[in-house]
Amino acid sequence: MILSVKDLTVSFATDGGVVRAVEGVSFSIDKGEILAIVGESGSGKSVTAQTILGLTRAPNASITGSVEFDGRDLTQLDDEALREVRGKRIAMIFQDPMTSLNPVYRVGEQIVEMIRAHQKVDKKEARESAVDLLRSVGIPNPERRVHDYPHEFSGGMRQRVMIAMALALDPDVLIADEPTTALDVTVQAQILRLLDKLNRERGLAVILITHDLGVVAEVADRVAVMYAGQIVEDATLDDLFYDPQHPYTWGLLGSLARLDQPRPIRLAQIAGSPPSLLNPPTGCRFAARCPHEFDKCSEPPPLHGDRCWLDPADKRRLRDVDGHIGLRKDVAS
Amino acid sequence: MSGEPLLEVTDLVKHFPVKSGVVVDRVVAHVKAVDGVSLTINEGETLGLVGESGCGKSTLSRAILQLTAPTSGSVKFLGEELVGRSRRSLRPVRRRMQMIFQDPYASLNPRKRVGQIIGEPMELHGLANGRDVDRRVQDLLDRVGLSAEHASRYPHEFSGGQRQRIGIARALALEPKLIIADEPVSALDVSVQAQIVNLLKDLQTELGLSYLFVAHDLGVVRHVSDRVAVMYLGRIVESAPAGKLYDNPLHPYSNALLSAVPIPDPKLNISRERLVLEGDVPSPIDPPSGCHFHTRCPWATEVCTVDDPRLEELETSHVAACHHPRNLVGQG
Repeated sequence: MILSVKDLTVSFATDGGVVRAVEGVSFSIDKGEILAIVGESGSGKSVTAQTILGLTRAPNASITGSVEFDGRDLTQLDDEALREVRGKRIAMIFQDPMTSLNPVYRVGEQIVEMIRAHQKVDKKEARESAVDLLRSVGIPNPERRVHDYPHEFSGGMRQRVMIAMALALDPDVLIADEPTTALDVTVQAQILRLLDKLNRERGLAVILITHDLGVVAEVADRVAVMYAGQIVEDATLDDLFYDPQHPYTWGLLGSLARLDQPRPIRLAQIAGSPPSLLNPPTGCRFAARCPHEFDKCSEPPPLHGDRCWLDPADKRRLRDVDGHIGLRKDVAS
Repeated sequence: MSGEPLLEVTDLVKHFPVKSGVVVDRVVAHVKAVDGVSLTINEGETLGLVGESGCGKSTLSRAILQLTAPTSGSVKFLGEELVGRSRRSLRPVRRRMQMIFQDPYASLNPRKRVGQIIGEPMELHGLANGRDVDRRVQDLLDRVGLSAEHASRYPHEFSGGQRQRIGIARALALEPKLIIADEPVSALDVSVQAQIVNLLKDLQTELGLSYLFVAHDLGVVRHVSDRVAVMYLGRIVESAPAGKLYDNPLHPYSNALLSAVPIPDPKLNISRERLVLEGDVPSPIDPPSGCHFHTRCPWATEVCTVDDPRLEELETSHVAACHHPRNLVGQG
């Protein structure tokens, strides 16, 4: 295992009370693996990713648990030691490439500066590697493009520049937070292909944070589903799509408007909305929205592959809605 | 579906001037955001409009509503021509065509209570006043799945999905015939998307509404639309009944769009043939000659670079603008 997150809990003190953004999250990732973390807004997926790199350290934040990487616990490192890891060993790309690039510097300069901050090379060498990097992520005419400013690139090309920068120091792990959400589908397909290629060719471990199950199906090896700050299901790609265990996962799969199936009269929906993280329920956090809730659900379910008290045999029966996986509307189990 | 269509757009053009100069602005070019679009929507029908960012779909919706004055062309709604009319004379027509926006955070006035947001348009248009307004606001809230006590709250007290419901109630307040929904669910989480899409469909059945549903999510568009039009660089390149377009796309661009959508089924994803387009959408200031799509089209030939294909009915009620259409019946 190249990176292991163990029992990570992140909470923020606010005027309204303590927001428990992430609670008891554990997962690990191996070299050459793509792990997708899926969840809706507010599920804690981005906070989890940012905490790995110490980006949530703030006076009002309290972080417990550990992030083990290369024999060290990243949550215990001081800022300077962490800076060595950031970018060099673990790189991150974000949803919006425009705000992550400095608009007043040429793209080439930004890559050169970053390389020279971490490696002892002269300017000329660094510039050559910048050109090579842009070429490796599929930017046409890289020799000319290094002299362009970020605004001269399209959204897809900017995301390629971000990926090039992330790869500049040859990291072991890439954290990609909604890398294709701001992009059009045809460009999204290009970027996903690129990530897949880099993962295969360089053995790069990728933590892909997304809300889009289509994107997950396309590139991930393993999937963790997050809901209200917790991982509710952790499965291989095939298990998640063909044998999902948690009712929230059924609901997510069922509510998609899919192109590969005949269109239903109504989309299945998950009733209600997620609980407030100021005061999350003590039992199963999905219980209030779950049609299969029973008395046991008032106790917190442990994570054994999934956080659900239902019997596995019952699950297989309950998740079947007219031949597809989904969340039923009105059944008592 | 007898008689005239509810909305008839003919050859609509919207060009934005690009200006340059320090003292005197000169027009140096035009952004051809909408470049000769024709479409019709019948009563009770949903037309889906898909395309990538910058293809002109939002400008087209705004030009139809006369929120931006079209450069040329015609928009006929309920038999009346809208282009070139004054704001005052448009007001009674506006009531009949309403809009739902993408961002439920930005499109509601943060300083007004929900009751005012929904009620004020009714008073302005003289549809109700006094007590009657409150009663109708409560009806509308109920209809979109909110409750009567929500009327006294402010927009920030609601989640994204609930705010979109408020936006829908506001649109319904004026008893419209046509609702233009510009990316109404793309800012919402998947499970909430399903709630809003279902609500829009229920309202259509109850009230006989027509929708122009603008979105980039092809799955959602297929789910709600009777017919679908695909836009690329300011033009419609293909239009057909939803089933035909999705099962049998004729234009290479529609093909590429559909094949780029990731399918939430890992095994199917591996087995299906994919067409991944290279490059980006060209600039609408100086679109490519001939067929606008030829720079990215794997099947483009000489003729595509010089001759601009017209929209033609290649199969029954299925039009496309292409010299080398795919998937034609009889071609295999």
